[in-house]
Amino acid sequence: MSEQKIDKKRRNLVVATCAAGGVASAAAAVPFVASMWPSERAKAAGAPIEADISKLQPGELGIYEWRGKPVWVLRRTKEMLDSLKGIEDKLSDPESDVPEQPVYAKNDTRSIKPEYAVLVGICTHLGCSPTAKPEPKGEMGADWVGGFYCPCHGSKFDLAGRVFKGAPAPVNLEVPPYAFLSDTTILIGEDKKGA
Amino acid sequence: MSSRLMALWDWFDARMPSVREQWNQHAAQYYAPKNFNFWYYFGSLAMLVLVIQIASGIVLTMHYKADANLAFGSVEYIMRDVPGGWIIRYIHSTGGSAFFAVVYLHMFRAMLYGSHKKPRELVWVFGVLIYLCLMAEAFFGYLLPWGQMSYWGAQVIVNLFSSIPFIGPDLSLWIRGDYVVSDATLNRFFAFHVIAIPLVLLGLVAVHLLALHDVGSNNPDGIEIKKTKGPDGHPLDGIPFHPYYTVKDIVGVVVFLGIFSAVLFFVPGMGGYFLEYNNFIPADPLKTPAHIAPLWYFTPFYSILRAVPPLFNSVFPGVAMMGLSTLILFFLPWLDRAPVKSIRYRGVYYKTALSVFIVAFLFLGYLGTEPTNVWGQSGAWLGKAERATVAARVFTVIYFLFFLLMPWYTAADKCKPEPERVTM
Repeated sequence: MSEQKIDKKRRNLVVATCAAGGVASAAAAVPFVASMWPSERAKAAGAPIEADISKLQPGELGIYEWRGKPVWVLRRTKEMLDSLKGIEDKLSDPESDVPEQPVYAKNDTRSIKPEYAVLVGICTHLGCSPTAKPEPKGEMGADWVGGFYCPCHGSKFDLAGRVFKGAPAPVNLEVPPYAFLSDTTILIGEDKKGA
Repeated sequence: MSSRLMALWDWFDARMPSVREQWNQHAAQYYAPKNFNFWYYFGSLAMLVLVIQIASGIVLTMHYKADANLAFGSVEYIMRDVPGGWIIRYIHSTGGSAFFAVVYLHMFRAMLYGSHKKPRELVWVFGVLIYLCLMAEAFFGYLLPWGQMSYWGAQVIVNLFSSIPFIGPDLSLWIRGDYVVSDATLNRFFAFHVIAIPLVLLGLVAVHLLALHDVGSNNPDGIEIKKTKGPDGHPLDGIPFHPYYTVKDIVGVVVFLGIFSAVLFFVPGMGGYFLEYNNFIPADPLKTPAHIAPLWYFTPFYSILRAVPPLFNSVFPGVAMMGLSTLILFFLPWLDRAPVKSIRYRGVYYKTALSVFIVAFLFLGYLGTEPTNVWGQSGAWLGKAERATVAARVFTVIYFLFFLLMPWYTAADKCKPEPERVTM
């Protein structure tokens, strides 16, 4: 073979044909890969929801379903907001440095309006749904300031969804993107309409 | 009559001689070492289980509904109303565990007798690919009954992918096809379980066997029988696979099917190890079971996942270690520097290392089935850490050291001289 002369022109044509075929094959793979993304129906079901919070009493927890997950809206009383202060040394991430929330909720109360906490009610450990234990002390022990407790593996969170040290959950509860459409309606799942 | 049949065979053979040629190459004239022992049953048994799984699986697909609203009910329908459905379903669920049991023993055989070493590196690599395929097959299949463990197991495993830096969240969204494990996820897992992965698996089994038959089988002495050939060109220590080993393997098949049937008829759930109790409750996306554990064959790796503490506010290090613990198997042929293959002629280092490794693997497997507080808390000298977690960390380190230190301890080992011919 090596003694035969290689026809450079034909060799180049073969290479060009293979390259074109390779590109075409890769392009043909696009719809196959794309078909596994959420369908239009799944996306519609995962669309933002409007939560009516006009009936929430102070201290009450409203649960709304967004993308099949429970989303909590907790209308915090002044005592509840006070409970968030002075416990920083017991928390893993008191300043919310880990991006588990949109930038506008990276503050002391992890919220847009301190009165309303909006949280995804799914433990960041392995996906269980924690239980609200808003009352301080009681069954949760003398140093409990009020918060959420995950029955699966014992993770504890405060009333802003910040995780206590020593819990299996690595980070704070997620704050979904949300926006106030009015004083009594929250859009959950999107920052502002149309964005 | 028989002459008519022979004439028919001659007619066929004249037109398609490759059937006879392939039969001879892979069975009637494939010379295997004559000193195969007990450990050499598990390759053929793995193929038997593959056939059992395909046959029982085809029947199950005739009655199963891959729909989140119907799946759980259709499995109960198979168990109660389909004639013979209960045994077909138990055959398939028991077969899944049997597959892993047989494959683990098959892999252990390779490590005992050095079947991964030159010139059989490709046989080993294809074997590890088969093992990974098997894990994918088991994972996809486990979602299908749509019970609580199916659902939350899939939730946890898919969430592992979301911990991969940068692409993770999008990747897990793409795998699920929805924002949570849902009907879309069930439907695609069904497609992977019944067609995509089995096709790959069958291809890999074929390549595994071709690679083996090209170099020839290893044996308990770990010496190459092709070095000593008789005047007919066949190895003096080799015997044709058919009829000698086909007949021997039938003995293994009978014993295996006896044990398999005993499980099937008396303990199909194996006390929660083959069928988990929580999976008899329909999937509930809003309620998590208190204790999530995978089936027994994944528990060593699940233990490694749990043993690694979160770093940089991410569980990814644990996920990466779990991934590495399976991928490291690919490198075994090149990590092993011993001049001999078989454990019979290896020195004390490898014998010790392999024993410690097996103990660590079994303990990791046990710990993976239990909650992390199973052994209580340690004293203050260990910071009151959970004893089981500490143990899992120690065993995880041993697991990796077995591989990472292998180039040194196998090279330094005092091996005995190998014999020229196989011993019986």
